[in-house]
Amino acid sequence: MTTNPHDQSAAAGGPSSDSDGELRLTFPLQDLDALRELRAGQRLRIDGTVIGIRDATQIAIFDCGERPTMDLSGAVLIHTAPNVRKLGPGRYEKVCIGTTTSARMNRFTRGLMHDYGVRAIIGKGGLLADSLPVLQEFGGVYLAITGGAAALETTQIEAIEDVEFEELMPECLWKFRVKDFGPLIVGMDAHGRSLYEEVTAEARERLAAIVPRL
Amino acid sequence: MPDRDQYAAVEEAAKQTYIRALKLVPPDVKDALRRAAEDETSETGRKTLGIILENIDVAEGGEMLVCQDTGTVVFWVQVGHDCPLNLADVEAAVRRGTERATVEHPLRPNAVHPVTRKNTMTNTGRHLPAMHYEFPDEAERERLGLADDGLRLTCLPKGSGSENMSFLKMFVPADGVTAVKRFVLECIVDAGPKPCPPTIVGVGLGGTADLCAALAKRALLRPLGRRSEDPVIAKIEAELETAANELGIGPMGLGGRATILGLAVEHAHTHITQNPVAVNLQCWAARRSSATIGTDGAVVYGF
Repeated sequence: MTTNPHDQSAAAGGPSSDSDGELRLTFPLQDLDALRELRAGQRLRIDGTVIGIRDATQIAIFDCGERPTMDLSGAVLIHTAPNVRKLGPGRYEKVCIGTTTSARMNRFTRGLMHDYGVRAIIGKGGLLADSLPVLQEFGGVYLAITGGAAALETTQIEAIEDVEFEELMPECLWKFRVKDFGPLIVGMDAHGRSLYEEVTAEARERLAAIVPRL
Repeated sequence: MPDRDQYAAVEEAAKQTYIRALKLVPPDVKDALRRAAEDETSETGRKTLGIILENIDVAEGGEMLVCQDTGTVVFWVQVGHDCPLNLADVEAAVRRGTERATVEHPLRPNAVHPVTRKNTMTNTGRHLPAMHYEFPDEAERERLGLADDGLRLTCLPKGSGSENMSFLKMFVPADGVTAVKRFVLECIVDAGPKPCPPTIVGVGLGGTADLCAALAKRALLRPLGRRSEDPVIAKIEAELETAANELGIGPMGLGGRATILGLAVEHAHTHITQNPVAVNLQCWAARRSSATIGTDGAVVYGF
Protein backbone atom coordinates (compact mmCIF):
# COMPACT_ATOMS: atom_id res chain seq x y z
CA MET A 1 0.00 0.00 0.00
CA THR A 2 1.44 3.38 -0.95
CA THR A 3 1.28 6.36 1.37
CA ASN A 4 1.48 9.37 -0.93
CA PRO A 5 -1.87 10.29 -2.47
CA HIS A 6 -0.06 12.10 -5.30
CA ASP A 7 2.14 9.26 -6.48
CA GLN A 8 1.73 7.21 -9.66
CA SER A 9 -0.47 4.46 -8.25
CA ALA A 10 -2.93 7.04 -6.93
CA ALA A 11 -3.01 8.77 -10.30
CA ALA A 12 -3.71 5.40 -11.88
CA GLY A 13 -6.58 4.86 -9.48
CA GLY A 14 -4.72 2.48 -7.20
CA PRO A 15 -5.21 2.78 -3.46
CA SER A 16 -3.19 5.21 -1.39
CA SER A 17 -3.46 5.93 2.29
CA ASP A 18 -4.20 9.08 4.30
CA SER A 19 -2.64 9.92 7.64
CA ASP A 20 -5.88 8.93 9.42
CA GLY A 21 -5.65 5.40 8.08
CA GLU A 22 -8.41 5.80 5.49
CA LEU A 23 -7.41 4.58 2.04
CA ARG A 24 -7.99 6.89 -0.92
CA LEU A 25 -9.22 5.63 -4.27
CA THR A 26 -9.97 7.42 -7.52
CA PHE A 27 -12.54 6.05 -9.97
CA PRO A 28 -12.80 4.92 -12.69
CA LEU A 29 -9.86 2.58 -12.13
CA GLN A 30 -7.18 2.37 -14.81
CA ASP A 31 -5.98 -0.96 -13.46
CA LEU A 32 -8.86 -3.43 -13.15
CA ASP A 33 -6.85 -5.44 -10.60
CA ALA A 34 -6.32 -2.44 -8.31
CA LEU A 35 -8.82 -3.58 -5.65
CA ARG A 36 -7.76 -7.20 -5.35
CA GLU A 37 -5.64 -6.59 -2.25
CA LEU A 38 -8.27 -4.65 -0.29
CA ARG A 39 -9.38 -6.45 2.88
CA ALA A 40 -12.74 -6.57 4.64
CA GLY A 41 -12.86 -3.97 7.40
CA GLN A 42 -10.58 -1.42 5.70
CA ARG A 43 -11.94 2.13 5.63
CA LEU A 44 -11.67 4.36 2.60
CA ARG A 45 -12.84 7.47 0.77
CA ILE A 46 -13.13 7.95 -2.93
CA ASP A 47 -12.82 10.72 -5.49
CA GLY A 48 -13.74 10.91 -9.14
CA THR A 49 -16.77 9.34 -10.75
CA VAL A 50 -19.45 7.18 -9.14
CA ILE A 51 -22.21 5.61 -11.24
CA GLY A 52 -25.70 5.43 -9.71
CA ILE A 53 -27.77 2.34 -10.57
CA ARG A 54 -30.91 0.72 -9.21
CA ASP A 55 -33.33 -2.24 -9.56
CA ALA A 56 -35.14 -1.00 -12.69
CA THR A 57 -31.89 0.07 -14.39
CA GLN A 58 -30.38 -3.40 -14.00
CA ILE A 59 -33.60 -5.13 -15.05
CA ALA A 60 -33.49 -2.99 -18.23
CA ILE A 61 -29.80 -3.77 -18.86
CA PHE A 62 -29.73 -7.48 -18.08
CA ASP A 63 -33.31 -8.73 -18.54
CA CYS A 64 -34.32 -6.48 -21.45
CA GLY A 65 -30.88 -6.25 -23.10
CA GLU A 66 -30.77 -2.44 -23.19
CA ARG A 67 -27.05 -1.72 -23.29
CA PRO A 68 -25.97 1.56 -21.71
CA THR A 69 -23.59 3.81 -23.64
CA MET A 70 -21.85 4.95 -20.43
CA ASP A 71 -18.46 3.23 -19.99
CA LEU A 72 -18.58 1.11 -16.82
CA SER A 73 -15.08 -0.35 -17.09
CA GLY A 74 -13.24 0.10 -13.80
CA ALA A 75 -16.28 1.83 -12.37
CA VAL A 76 -17.60 2.01 -8.86
CA LEU A 77 -21.39 1.80 -8.75
CA ILE A 78 -23.69 3.04 -6.04
CA HIS A 79 -27.15 1.59 -5.38
CA THR A 80 -29.31 4.70 -5.50
CA ALA A 81 -32.33 6.49 -6.90
CA PRO A 82 -31.83 10.17 -6.12
CA ASN A 83 -34.12 13.09 -5.42
CA VAL A 84 -33.37 15.56 -8.22
CA ARG A 85 -34.60 18.84 -9.66
CA LYS A 86 -34.82 19.02 -13.45
CA LEU A 87 -32.94 21.96 -14.96
CA GLY A 88 -33.40 21.19 -18.65
CA PRO A 89 -33.21 18.31 -21.15
CA GLY A 90 -30.96 15.67 -19.59
CA ARG A 91 -29.80 18.13 -16.93
CA TYR A 92 -30.50 17.68 -13.24
CA GLU A 93 -29.33 19.09 -9.95
CA LYS A 94 -29.12 17.13 -6.73
CA VAL A 95 -31.78 17.46 -4.01
CA CYS A 96 -30.89 14.39 -1.96
CA ILE A 97 -28.80 11.39 -2.94
CA GLY A 98 -28.44 8.37 -0.68
CA THR A 99 -27.98 4.63 -0.80
CA THR A 100 -30.47 1.79 -0.92
CA THR A 101 -30.45 -1.87 0.19
CA SER A 102 -28.15 -3.88 -2.06
CA ALA A 103 -29.40 -7.44 -1.53
CA ARG A 104 -32.36 -6.92 -3.89
CA MET A 105 -29.91 -6.46 -6.78
CA ASN A 106 -27.61 -9.34 -5.88
CA ARG A 107 -28.27 -11.36 -9.04
CA PHE A 108 -26.70 -8.70 -11.27
CA THR A 109 -23.23 -8.81 -9.65
CA ARG A 110 -21.73 -11.24 -12.17
CA GLY A 111 -23.08 -9.42 -15.21
CA LEU A 112 -21.80 -6.09 -13.97
CA MET A 113 -18.29 -7.44 -13.36
CA HIS A 114 -18.03 -9.87 -16.29
CA ASP A 115 -19.87 -7.98 -19.05
CA TYR A 116 -19.08 -4.39 -18.08
CA GLY A 117 -15.85 -4.41 -16.06
CA VAL A 118 -17.36 -2.95 -12.89
CA ARG A 119 -15.02 -3.54 -9.94
CA ALA A 120 -16.71 -1.97 -6.90
CA ILE A 121 -20.26 -1.60 -5.64
CA ILE A 122 -21.25 0.84 -2.91
CA GLY A 123 -24.40 -0.05 -1.02
CA LYS A 124 -25.90 -0.84 2.32
CA GLY A 125 -26.74 -4.18 3.88
CA GLY A 126 -24.35 -6.17 1.67
CA LEU A 127 -24.65 -8.45 -1.31
CA LEU A 128 -25.43 -12.09 -0.63
CA ALA A 129 -22.88 -14.84 -0.06
CA ASP A 130 -23.13 -16.07 -3.67
CA SER A 131 -21.59 -12.79 -4.83
CA LEU A 132 -18.37 -13.60 -2.96
CA PRO A 133 -17.00 -15.99 -5.65
CA VAL A 134 -17.75 -13.32 -8.27
CA LEU A 135 -15.76 -10.75 -6.30
CA GLN A 136 -12.93 -13.28 -6.00
CA GLU A 137 -12.94 -14.03 -9.73
CA PHE A 138 -12.86 -10.39 -10.85
CA GLY A 139 -10.97 -8.74 -7.97
CA GLY A 140 -14.07 -6.83 -6.94
CA VAL A 141 -15.20 -5.37 -3.63
CA TYR A 142 -18.44 -4.36 -1.95
CA LEU A 143 -18.16 -1.07 -0.09
CA ALA A 144 -20.51 -0.42 2.83
CA ILE A 145 -21.84 3.09 3.32
CA THR A 146 -23.91 4.27 6.28
CA GLY A 147 -27.48 3.74 5.09
CA GLY A 148 -29.88 6.59 5.67
CA ALA A 149 -27.09 9.14 5.96
CA ALA A 150 -28.07 10.77 2.70
CA ALA A 151 -27.68 14.41 3.72
CA LEU A 152 -23.97 13.82 4.31
CA GLU A 153 -23.63 11.88 1.05
CA THR A 154 -25.33 14.66 -0.86
CA THR A 155 -22.78 17.20 0.37
CA GLN A 156 -19.99 14.95 -0.96
CA ILE A 157 -21.46 14.79 -4.47
CA GLU A 158 -20.23 17.73 -6.51
CA ALA A 159 -22.39 17.36 -9.60
CA ILE A 160 -24.64 15.13 -11.65
CA GLU A 161 -22.62 14.87 -14.85
CA ASP A 162 -24.75 12.58 -16.99
CA VAL A 163 -27.91 10.49 -17.01
CA GLU A 164 -29.18 7.56 -19.10
CA PHE A 165 -32.46 5.61 -19.04
CA GLU A 166 -34.34 8.78 -18.09
CA GLU A 167 -37.63 7.00 -18.77
CA LEU A 168 -36.94 4.96 -15.60
CA MET A 169 -36.91 8.12 -13.43
CA PRO A 170 -35.82 8.08 -10.66
CA GLU A 171 -34.14 4.70 -11.34
CA CYS A 172 -31.90 5.99 -14.12
CA LEU A 173 -28.21 5.35 -14.70
CA TRP A 174 -26.56 8.40 -13.10
CA LYS A 175 -23.02 9.72 -13.34
CA PHE A 176 -21.96 11.62 -10.22
CA ARG A 177 -18.72 13.52 -9.61
CA VAL A 178 -17.65 13.05 -5.97
CA LYS A 179 -15.00 14.34 -3.60
CA ASP A 180 -13.98 12.77 -0.26
CA PHE A 181 -16.88 10.37 -0.66
CA GLY A 182 -17.26 8.23 2.44
CA PRO A 183 -16.20 6.94 4.81
CA LEU A 184 -16.79 3.55 3.28
CA ILE A 185 -15.89 0.17 4.76
CA VAL A 186 -14.85 -2.83 2.69
CA GLY A 187 -17.79 -5.06 3.62
CA MET A 188 -16.97 -7.87 1.19
CA ASP A 189 -13.54 -8.45 -0.34
CA ALA A 190 -11.98 -10.49 -3.13
CA HIS A 191 -10.70 -13.08 -0.65
CA GLY A 192 -14.04 -14.61 0.28
CA ARG A 193 -14.72 -12.51 3.37
CA SER A 194 -18.06 -10.84 4.08
CA LEU A 195 -18.50 -8.91 7.31
CA TYR A 196 -22.26 -9.42 6.91
CA GLU A 197 -21.96 -13.21 6.77
CA GLU A 198 -19.75 -13.17 9.85
CA VAL A 199 -22.06 -10.92 11.87
CA THR A 200 -25.18 -12.88 10.86
CA ALA A 201 -23.59 -16.25 11.72
CA GLU A 202 -22.66 -14.89 15.14
CA ALA A 203 -26.18 -13.46 15.65
CA ARG A 204 -27.73 -16.87 14.88
CA GLU A 205 -25.48 -18.50 17.47
CA ARG A 206 -26.39 -15.89 20.06
CA LEU A 207 -30.11 -16.26 19.26
CA ALA A 208 -29.85 -20.02 19.85
CA ALA A 209 -28.42 -19.24 23.30
CA ILE A 210 -31.15 -16.68 24.08
CA VAL A 211 -34.18 -18.78 23.06
CA PRO A 212 -34.12 -21.22 26.02
CA ARG A 213 -34.48 -18.36 28.53
CA LEU A 214 -37.47 -16.70 26.82
CA MET B 1 -70.44 23.92 8.66
CA PRO B 2 -66.72 23.77 7.80
CA ASP B 3 -65.57 26.17 5.12
CA ARG B 4 -63.15 25.56 2.31
CA ASP B 5 -60.28 27.19 4.22
CA GLN B 6 -60.28 24.40 6.77
CA TYR B 7 -59.67 21.77 4.10
CA ALA B 8 -56.95 24.02 2.65
CA ALA B 9 -55.37 24.01 6.13
CA VAL B 10 -55.52 20.19 6.18
CA GLU B 11 -53.94 20.06 2.71
CA GLU B 12 -51.11 22.39 3.75
CA ALA B 13 -50.59 20.47 7.01
CA ALA B 14 -50.39 17.19 5.08
CA LYS B 15 -47.79 18.67 2.74
CA GLN B 16 -45.75 20.07 5.63
CA THR B 17 -45.92 16.94 7.81
CA TYR B 18 -44.68 14.84 4.90
CA ILE B 19 -41.72 17.17 4.27
CA ARG B 20 -40.99 17.64 7.99
CA ALA B 21 -40.98 13.87 8.49
CA LEU B 22 -38.23 13.61 5.86
CA LYS B 23 -36.08 16.43 7.29
CA LEU B 24 -36.41 16.18 11.08
CA VAL B 25 -35.64 13.20 13.29
CA PRO B 26 -38.02 12.96 16.27
CA PRO B 27 -36.36 14.00 19.57
CA ASP B 28 -36.94 10.61 21.22
CA VAL B 29 -35.11 8.92 18.32
CA LYS B 30 -32.22 11.39 18.47
CA ASP B 31 -31.87 10.82 22.22
CA ALA B 32 -31.87 7.05 21.69
CA LEU B 33 -29.19 7.34 18.99
CA ARG B 34 -27.00 9.47 21.27
CA ARG B 35 -27.37 6.93 24.09
CA ALA B 36 -26.60 4.11 21.67
CA ALA B 37 -23.41 5.90 20.59
CA GLU B 38 -22.32 6.27 24.22
CA ASP B 39 -23.01 2.61 25.01
CA GLU B 40 -21.64 1.13 21.80
CA THR B 41 -18.87 -1.41 22.33
CA SER B 42 -17.72 -1.92 18.74
CA GLU B 43 -15.41 0.65 17.14
CA THR B 44 -17.09 0.31 13.74
CA GLY B 45 -20.44 0.65 15.48
CA ARG B 46 -19.36 3.82 17.29
CA LYS B 47 -18.05 5.36 14.07
CA THR B 48 -21.25 4.43 12.22
CA LEU B 49 -23.44 5.99 14.93
CA GLY B 50 -21.18 9.06 14.78
CA ILE B 51 -21.89 9.37 11.04
CA ILE B 52 -25.61 8.93 11.68
CA LEU B 53 -25.61 11.75 14.27
CA GLU B 54 -23.49 13.96 12.02
CA ASN B 55 -25.92 13.31 9.17
CA ILE B 56 -28.87 14.38 11.31
CA ASP B 57 -27.05 17.64 12.12
CA VAL B 58 -26.27 18.24 8.43
CA ALA B 59 -29.90 17.55 7.43
CA GLU B 60 -31.51 19.63 10.14
CA GLY B 61 -28.96 22.45 9.80
CA GLY B 62 -29.34 22.69 6.05
CA GLU B 63 -33.00 21.76 5.74
CA MET B 64 -32.04 18.69 3.72
CA LEU B 65 -33.67 15.27 3.64
CA VAL B 66 -32.21 12.94 6.27
CA CYS B 67 -32.50 9.93 3.95
CA GLN B 68 -33.12 9.87 0.20
CA ASP B 69 -36.03 7.44 0.52
CA THR B 70 -39.17 9.55 0.55
CA GLY B 71 -41.05 6.38 1.35
CA THR B 72 -44.49 4.97 0.91
CA VAL B 73 -46.72 7.61 2.44
CA VAL B 74 -48.85 6.48 5.38
CA PHE B 75 -51.11 8.82 7.34
CA TRP B 76 -52.97 8.40 10.60
CA VAL B 77 -55.89 10.74 11.10
CA GLN B 78 -56.93 11.14 14.73
CA VAL B 79 -60.34 12.69 14.84
CA GLY B 80 -61.64 14.79 17.71
CA HIS B 81 -65.00 13.79 19.18
CA ASP B 82 -66.76 16.91 17.88
CA CYS B 83 -64.70 17.46 14.73
CA PRO B 84 -67.04 18.95 12.10
CA LEU B 85 -64.85 18.08 9.09
CA ASN B 86 -66.04 15.61 6.47
CA LEU B 87 -63.50 12.76 6.44
CA ALA B 88 -63.89 12.08 2.71
CA ASP B 89 -62.88 15.70 2.09
CA VAL B 90 -60.05 15.37 4.64
CA GLU B 91 -58.74 12.34 2.75
CA ALA B 92 -58.85 14.22 -0.54
CA ALA B 93 -56.98 17.13 1.08
CA VAL B 94 -54.29 14.77 2.45
CA ARG B 95 -53.83 13.30 -1.02
CA ARG B 96 -53.49 16.76 -2.56
CA GLY B 97 -50.98 17.76 0.14
CA THR B 98 -48.90 14.64 -0.58
CA GLU B 99 -48.90 15.38 -4.32
CA ARG B 100 -47.98 19.01 -3.77
CA ALA B 101 -45.08 18.09 -1.46
CA THR B 102 -43.78 15.66 -4.10
CA VAL B 103 -44.01 18.05 -7.05
CA GLU B 104 -43.27 21.37 -5.37
CA HIS B 105 -40.32 20.40 -3.12
CA PRO B 106 -39.50 18.22 -5.29
CA LEU B 107 -39.40 14.79 -3.63
CA ARG B 108 -38.48 11.47 -5.20
CA PRO B 109 -41.62 9.78 -6.56
CA ASN B 110 -41.88 6.15 -5.44
CA ALA B 111 -45.45 4.99 -6.14
CA VAL B 112 -45.64 2.48 -9.00
CA HIS B 113 -48.29 0.07 -10.33
CA PRO B 114 -47.51 -3.39 -8.92
CA VAL B 115 -47.50 -5.08 -12.35
CA THR B 116 -46.59 -2.46 -14.96
CA ARG B 117 -44.25 -0.66 -12.48
CA LYS B 118 -45.39 2.63 -14.05
CA ASN B 119 -44.62 5.51 -11.68
CA THR B 120 -47.42 8.00 -10.94
CA MET B 121 -44.70 10.58 -10.16
CA THR B 122 -46.82 11.98 -7.29
CA ASN B 123 -46.31 9.49 -4.42
CA THR B 124 -50.06 8.93 -4.58
CA GLY B 125 -52.02 6.24 -6.40
CA ARG B 126 -54.63 3.57 -5.86
CA HIS B 127 -55.01 3.26 -2.06
CA LEU B 128 -52.01 5.59 -1.55
CA PRO B 129 -51.39 7.37 0.73
CA ALA B 130 -52.38 4.54 3.05
CA MET B 131 -54.90 6.08 5.46
CA HIS B 132 -55.74 5.01 9.00
CA TYR B 133 -58.46 6.66 11.09
CA GLU B 134 -58.66 6.69 14.87
CA PHE B 135 -61.12 8.19 17.30
CA PRO B 136 -59.15 8.74 20.53
CA ASP B 137 -60.98 8.88 23.87
CA GLU B 138 -60.88 11.93 26.10
CA ALA B 139 -57.72 10.92 27.99
CA GLU B 140 -55.88 10.21 24.76
CA ARG B 141 -57.07 13.48 23.20
CA GLU B 142 -55.69 15.34 26.20
CA ARG B 143 -52.35 13.54 25.95
CA LEU B 144 -52.14 14.38 22.23
CA GLY B 145 -53.16 18.01 22.74
CA LEU B 146 -56.08 17.40 20.42
CA ALA B 147 -59.07 19.71 20.90
CA ASP B 148 -62.51 18.07 20.92
CA ASP B 149 -63.28 19.65 17.56
CA GLY B 150 -59.73 19.22 16.18
CA LEU B 151 -57.95 16.81 13.90
CA ARG B 152 -54.44 15.36 14.14
CA LEU B 153 -52.44 14.11 11.17
CA THR B 154 -49.39 11.91 11.59
CA CYS B 155 -47.29 11.13 8.53
CA LEU B 156 -45.03 8.09 8.50
CA PRO B 157 -43.35 7.96 5.08
CA LYS B 158 -41.99 4.43 5.29
CA GLY B 159 -38.62 3.67 3.75
CA SER B 160 -38.56 0.53 1.64
CA GLY B 161 -35.39 -0.88 3.15
CA SER B 162 -37.19 -1.37 6.43
CA GLU B 163 -40.71 -1.95 5.03
CA ASN B 164 -39.36 -4.84 2.93
CA MET B 165 -38.42 -6.40 6.27
CA SER B 166 -42.03 -7.03 7.34
CA PHE B 167 -43.23 -10.35 8.67
CA LEU B 168 -46.49 -12.08 9.68
CA LYS B 169 -46.93 -15.43 11.35
CA MET B 170 -50.18 -17.09 12.40
CA PHE B 171 -49.31 -19.01 15.55
CA VAL B 172 -51.77 -21.30 17.31
CA PRO B 173 -52.40 -21.43 21.08
CA ALA B 174 -50.28 -24.57 21.53
CA ASP B 175 -47.22 -22.65 20.27
CA GLY B 176 -47.34 -20.49 23.41
CA VAL B 177 -45.95 -17.02 24.02
CA THR B 178 -42.40 -18.33 23.69
CA ALA B 179 -42.98 -18.92 19.98
CA VAL B 180 -44.09 -15.31 19.59
CA LYS B 181 -40.97 -13.99 21.31
CA ARG B 182 -38.68 -16.30 19.35
CA PHE B 183 -40.33 -15.22 16.09
CA VAL B 184 -39.76 -11.52 16.78
CA LEU B 185 -36.06 -12.12 17.46
CA GLU B 186 -35.74 -14.36 14.39
CA CYS B 187 -37.22 -11.57 12.26
CA ILE B 188 -34.58 -9.15 13.58
CA VAL B 189 -31.82 -11.65 12.74
CA ASP B 190 -33.30 -12.45 9.30
CA ALA B 191 -33.55 -8.75 8.50
CA GLY B 192 -29.92 -8.38 9.63
CA PRO B 193 -28.23 -5.36 8.03
CA LYS B 194 -30.97 -4.60 5.49
CA PRO B 195 -33.37 -2.30 7.42
CA CYS B 196 -30.60 0.14 8.51
CA PRO B 197 -30.10 -0.87 12.14
CA PRO B 198 -30.29 0.25 14.86
CA THR B 199 -33.98 -0.18 14.10
CA ILE B 200 -37.22 0.45 15.93
CA VAL B 201 -39.24 -2.74 16.13
CA GLY B 202 -43.02 -2.55 15.80
CA VAL B 203 -44.86 -5.70 16.85
CA GLY B 204 -48.52 -6.45 16.30
CA LEU B 205 -49.92 -9.19 18.50
CA GLY B 206 -53.37 -10.75 18.24
CA GLY B 207 -56.36 -9.68 16.16
CA THR B 208 -56.65 -11.04 12.62
CA ALA B 209 -53.96 -11.12 9.94
CA ASP B 210 -54.89 -7.68 8.60
CA LEU B 211 -55.39 -6.07 12.01
CA CYS B 212 -52.18 -7.60 13.33
CA ALA B 213 -50.12 -6.17 10.45
CA ALA B 214 -51.69 -2.73 10.96
CA LEU B 215 -50.93 -2.87 14.70
CA ALA B 216 -47.27 -3.62 13.99
CA LYS B 217 -47.09 -0.43 11.91
CA ARG B 218 -49.10 1.50 14.52
CA ALA B 219 -46.54 0.51 17.16
CA LEU B 220 -43.98 2.63 15.31
CA LEU B 221 -45.93 5.79 16.18
CA ARG B 222 -45.35 5.32 19.88
CA PRO B 223 -42.45 7.49 21.13
CA LEU B 224 -39.43 5.43 22.20
CA GLY B 225 -39.34 4.54 25.87
CA ARG B 226 -43.10 4.60 26.41
CA ARG B 227 -44.27 1.15 27.39
CA SER B 228 -47.63 -0.47 26.72
CA GLU B 229 -50.24 0.35 29.35
CA ASP B 230 -50.90 -3.37 29.70
CA PRO B 231 -48.25 -4.67 32.19
CA VAL B 232 -48.23 -8.14 30.61
CA ILE B 233 -47.39 -6.63 27.23
CA ALA B 234 -44.94 -4.10 28.73
CA LYS B 235 -42.96 -6.97 30.28
CA ILE B 236 -42.62 -8.67 26.88
CA GLU B 237 -41.50 -5.37 25.33
CA ALA B 238 -38.72 -4.95 27.89
CA GLU B 239 -37.62 -8.59 27.61
CA LEU B 240 -37.43 -8.53 23.81
CA GLU B 241 -35.68 -5.16 23.75
CA THR B 242 -32.91 -6.47 25.99
CA ALA B 243 -32.59 -9.73 24.07
CA ALA B 244 -32.45 -7.99 20.67
CA ASN B 245 -29.47 -5.91 21.79
CA GLU B 246 -27.62 -9.09 22.74
CA LEU B 247 -27.69 -10.36 19.13
CA GLY B 248 -24.62 -8.35 18.09
CA ILE B 249 -25.96 -7.25 14.68
CA GLY B 250 -25.06 -3.65 15.50
CA PRO B 251 -25.24 -0.39 13.54
CA MET B 252 -25.76 -1.08 9.81
CA GLY B 253 -25.32 -4.80 10.53
CA LEU B 254 -21.54 -4.52 10.76
CA GLY B 255 -21.47 -5.81 14.33
CA GLY B 256 -21.98 -4.10 17.68
CA ARG B 257 -24.34 -3.64 20.55
CA ALA B 258 -26.93 -1.24 19.10
CA THR B 259 -29.17 -3.52 17.06
CA ILE B 260 -32.44 -1.83 18.03
CA LEU B 261 -33.35 1.54 19.57
CA GLY B 262 -36.60 0.31 20.99
CA LEU B 263 -39.49 -2.11 20.63
CA ALA B 264 -43.22 -1.56 21.02
CA VAL B 265 -46.04 -4.11 20.97
CA GLU B 266 -49.59 -3.11 20.07
CA HIS B 267 -52.06 -5.87 20.86
CA ALA B 268 -55.65 -6.82 20.15
CA HIS B 269 -57.86 -9.61 21.38
CA THR B 270 -57.83 -12.55 19.03
CA HIS B 271 -59.63 -15.80 18.23
CA ILE B 272 -59.51 -18.81 20.59
CA THR B 273 -57.67 -20.79 17.89
CA GLN B 274 -54.99 -18.31 16.94
CA ASN B 275 -52.21 -15.95 17.96
CA PRO B 276 -51.02 -13.85 15.04
CA VAL B 277 -47.83 -11.84 15.34
CA ALA B 278 -46.55 -9.26 12.88
CA VAL B 279 -43.23 -7.43 12.84
CA ASN B 280 -42.69 -4.10 11.09
CA LEU B 281 -39.19 -2.68 11.31
CA GLN B 282 -38.39 1.02 11.18
CA CYS B 283 -34.93 2.23 10.20
CA TRP B 284 -32.94 4.56 12.46
CA ALA B 285 -34.01 7.43 10.19
CA ALA B 286 -37.44 7.08 11.74
CA ARG B 287 -39.54 9.45 9.65
CA ARG B 288 -42.53 10.50 11.74
CA SER B 289 -44.20 13.89 11.97
CA SER B 290 -47.57 15.22 13.11
CA ALA B 291 -49.77 18.27 12.85
CA THR B 292 -52.66 19.12 15.15
CA ILE B 293 -55.25 21.24 13.40
CA GLY B 294 -57.89 23.28 15.20
CA THR B 295 -61.14 24.33 13.55
CA ASP B 296 -59.85 27.90 13.66
CA GLY B 297 -57.23 26.72 11.15
CA ALA B 298 -54.35 27.00 13.64
CA VAL B 299 -51.78 24.23 13.13
CA VAL B 300 -49.29 22.95 15.71
CA TYR B 301 -46.51 20.77 14.31
CA GLY B 302 -44.91 18.00 16.34
CA PHE B 303 -43.78 14.38 16.06
